[in-house]
Amino acid sequence: MKLMGDEKVVQVKSEYDIVVARSVVRAIAKDMGFGLVDQTRIATAVSELARNIVMHAGEGVILVREILKGETWGIEILAIDNGPGISDIKLALSDGYSTKGSLGVGLGGAKRLMDEFEMESAPGQGTTIRVRKWLPK
Amino acid sequence: MKEIDYEQIPILKIGDFLVTSIQIPLHDKLAVKFQQDLLQKIEKTKAKGLIVDITAIDVVDSFITRILVEIAKMAGLMGVKTVLVGLRPEIAITLVEFGMELGGIKTALDLESALSLLRRCVDEADGSDG
Repeated sequence: MKLMGDEKVVQVKSEYDIVVARSVVRAIAKDMGFGLVDQTRIATAVSELARNIVMHAGEGVILVREILKGETWGIEILAIDNGPGISDIKLALSDGYSTKGSLGVGLGGAKRLMDEFEMESAPGQGTTIRVRKWLPK
Repeated sequence: MKEIDYEQIPILKIGDFLVTSIQIPLHDKLAVKFQQDLLQKIEKTKAKGLIVDITAIDVVDSFITRILVEIAKMAGLMGVKTVLVGLRPEIAITLVEFGMELGGIKTALDLESALSLLRRCVDEADGSDG
């Protein structure tokens, strides 16, 4: 896996930044050649990741970069926070689970919209979520 | 000096119906205000139907979905039917894949079909009353 070019970082501190984060990521996805449906899938997933940061950690960053695996290009997005962390990742990803009275499909939905989804978290150690989408050839 | 509120979503009246088009990204505060504005307008105008246009929304995430479902539920409690219009193909695909439910809100392809859908609903309701 190669990292191509610079990465963009969006500070996420309030719900206004959610819109910024998804616009930045969408613009990059569009430049890379992702179609309208994929752009919307990616932007929606980022919206959920950013909202997760605001709701559960208060602040964090969304990091986006282009990656290359073999001959396939992809977009990788990391959502990093130093919040309280998640003790039960499987539960957090299950539909209908929400600790904050939201719809409770956020992270599980984001996972379904992307090709790859990884989550690292432990109580008191923050949360890092990595998602990827590969560019169809 | 009073601050001018640029963040406002206009709500227009046409016959018995209200039409509104969300063209700016919704956030919590704005969404709550929009919901209140809508309900007050329904009360004031005695509207029978509400059309919410989301053509300008590029992302319908779980937050926006919740707001839209709430609007339809609140309006429903006031006897008003809600129809959603302007749901673009890529949004429809994303909603289904994501697994988000619009909670039975009626949808229409465009404003014209939304108006005729609402008219039919209102006529049926009037008919069953008499």
